[in-house]
Amino acid sequence: MTGDPRGNGGDDLSGRLRRLDEKLDAREAEEMRKQPAPSANAADRSGFSGGLKLSGDFVGGVVAGFAVGWAFDKLTGWSPWGLIVFLLLGFAAGVLNVLRSIGAMPKYGERRDK
Amino acid sequence: MAADPIAQFQIKKIMTLGHIGPYEIALTNSAVFMIAAVIFIVGGIMLAGRNVIPGRVQSLAEITYEFVAGTVRSTAGNEGMKFFPLVFSLFTFILVLNMFGMIPGFFTVMSHIAITGALAALVILTVIIYGIYKNGFKFFKLFWPSGVPMFVMPLIVVIEILSFLSRPLSLSVRLFANMLAGHITLKVFASFIGLLATSLGVAGWLVGILPFSMLIALTALEFLVAFLQAYVFTILTCLYLNDAIHPGH
Repeated sequence: MTGDPRGNGGDDLSGRLRRLDEKLDAREAEEMRKQPAPSANAADRSGFSGGLKLSGDFVGGVVAGFAVGWAFDKLTGWSPWGLIVFLLLGFAAGVLNVLRSIGAMPKYGERRDK
Repeated sequence: MAADPIAQFQIKKIMTLGHIGPYEIALTNSAVFMIAAVIFIVGGIMLAGRNVIPGRVQSLAEITYEFVAGTVRSTAGNEGMKFFPLVFSLFTFILVLNMFGMIPGFFTVMSHIAITGALAALVILTVIIYGIYKNGFKFFKLFWPSGVPMFVMPLIVVIEILSFLSRPLSLSVRLFANMLAGHITLKVFASFIGLLATSLGVAGWLVGILPFSMLIALTALEFLVAFLQAYVFTILTCLYLNDAIHPGH
């Protein structure tokens, strides 16, 4: 909100409407700026779907680790070390996904030490 | 009564359209429903009209538009609106196919991970390509959290990349698993009724009221899930696009 006075200056209707429009726009922009990305949590409040979502996040991390490790082994021939290392890292990534999805961790690219 | 709860997900070939190399390009029941969904959506938009006082179809189209536009604006900001066509197509496509799946005897396209995986790959490739195109090298700051001690950075970066790679996986698995599990549950409960009736006679019919009432409740729940999963896919798409538009905000 800008510092507009609340009362109208006694203008005609169209002037007042225009001012109202401006105020509404400013307010909308303000609200948008305040919360640029509400998490997907709002979409699924119920415990069941929340649990499914979290388990999906976690398993996703492990599966990604497996896929990368497997591809790494195929490419370098260092089997099974790629799989071992990347599965562990994928486990960590899964935990990171879960923490991020419940909001205990900053989003991508944000500072960690806040 | 077909008691096999998995049989409903079988892909059946309806006709062969041609061959590309050794691969057959076939029109399957899945493809037929996808085409039907596209015709349904496009037809709905065509029929919507542009009256000042909207009719039923027009209100529906306008509500859908407002809903998706609101989702995109609130999650990815106004810049995200350039992806509105993509997000709107994804949302309506998934929603209509999920709702088609709720009609008894219809095929549930989104219960196949091949489909949801392809959609998720589309989303994530859009995010990566647009992110690099728009932000150049700064896009990779997504994997470079600030405020982390230097000696753990290599580990953190690898974990961040894996976490990013896991997004399309969980995106596709969530939609596919929900639809698959829901439809299997419906089928299992429905087959209980038939089993009870054929094995116990009149008593079976009476006891069968229990799974039947459960089935009604589950059907209502499945409608909710069908909508919710389309919405979750949409909102996650917007969140990922938001990362591509402003990485490291």
